[in-house]
Amino acid sequence: MTGSLTYAYAVARDDGSLREVVSGLVGVVGAPVGLVRAEACEGLVAAVSQVPEQDFDEAALRVRLEDLDWLEATARAHHRVVDALAARTTVLPLRLVTMYRDEERVRAMLVTRCGAFVSRLEDLAAQVEWGVKIYVEEPAAEATPAPDPGAGLSPGRAYLSHRRAQRHAREASYRHADEAAGRVESAASAYAVDRVRHRAQQGGPASERGENLVNDAYLVPLRHAEDFRADVARSANGLPGVRVEVTGPWAPYSFAAPAAPEPPGRSGP
Amino acid sequence: MTPPDRAPSVAEEPLPERQVALIDLLDRLLSGGVVLTGDIVLSIADVDLVRISLRALIVSISERNPSPWQAPPASVGDGHDR
Repeated sequence: MTGSLTYAYAVARDDGSLREVVSGLVGVVGAPVGLVRAEACEGLVAAVSQVPEQDFDEAALRVRLEDLDWLEATARAHHRVVDALAARTTVLPLRLVTMYRDEERVRAMLVTRCGAFVSRLEDLAAQVEWGVKIYVEEPAAEATPAPDPGAGLSPGRAYLSHRRAQRHAREASYRHADEAAGRVESAASAYAVDRVRHRAQQGGPASERGENLVNDAYLVPLRHAEDFRADVARSANGLPGVRVEVTGPWAPYSFAAPAAPEPPGRSGP
Repeated sequence: MTPPDRAPSVAEEPLPERQVALIDLLDRLLSGGVVLTGDIVLSIADVDLVRISLRALIVSISERNPSPWQAPPASVGDGHDR
């Protein structure tokens, strides 16, 4: 006989419509999602669901977090809940696998942090997060024409000239990436109110798609969201060897904690 | 707030599974989000370790299973990303 733990996904303020949003919503391990209310705190709620204790205690998590299939299922379930709420209201997503003994403990946490939650929710109201990734594509170098054996060069010189051309193509790609980054920054200074830099994505999936140089998240007011996306999506135009990817709009995962490590270059009006 | 906090152009798509790339999601879920102590304590340092070994895992998986990345992003329910 084992008990259950309460898994908390996100914090939001309920205007009365969130019960409908979570009804029928399933979270981690397929459990139904509910709301924990802090009556003492201006409609603050946490979206939660129950998970089996034996699968989510610390020892189990240490093992399971290393299991990619489990991690993916959990991350997607967490995101599904956050996304559903974000479609309706401003949310503060919580970090993956934030868990409490029971709903009472979640309520106590909401009450304790009431002021901080409410003020951060106000800061983030009507804003979305966009992810912006800049890649230098490997094929740019490989696409350099192979040396033409009939060009009168000795094999050694042909080889060197080919290598030189490859190096130049690569250097050009990095220069272009810099230029694209500058264009992204200027779109950001026009529209974004905050930026968080994530680590560049390396290894596996990331490297197969070129070298990821920039992996940033921008907080953008909803009314500028499309303009920002469109400007950023254009920022690699005419810059061979560079790819810019925009992801989102996301709930403000990267901005949920109030401490902003560094504001964007010039986030003026 | 009563108005939906969503970019309208996106809201018009059928939302159900707008599959996001797992790696982008993990960037946000393992290094973003509000960090609360909770009752089951995994310290931030631990989560960081998880993240590092996770990278190794992703690399090993992609070596076993080369390049699903050429496929157009539309597919749902195949593989891990996009």
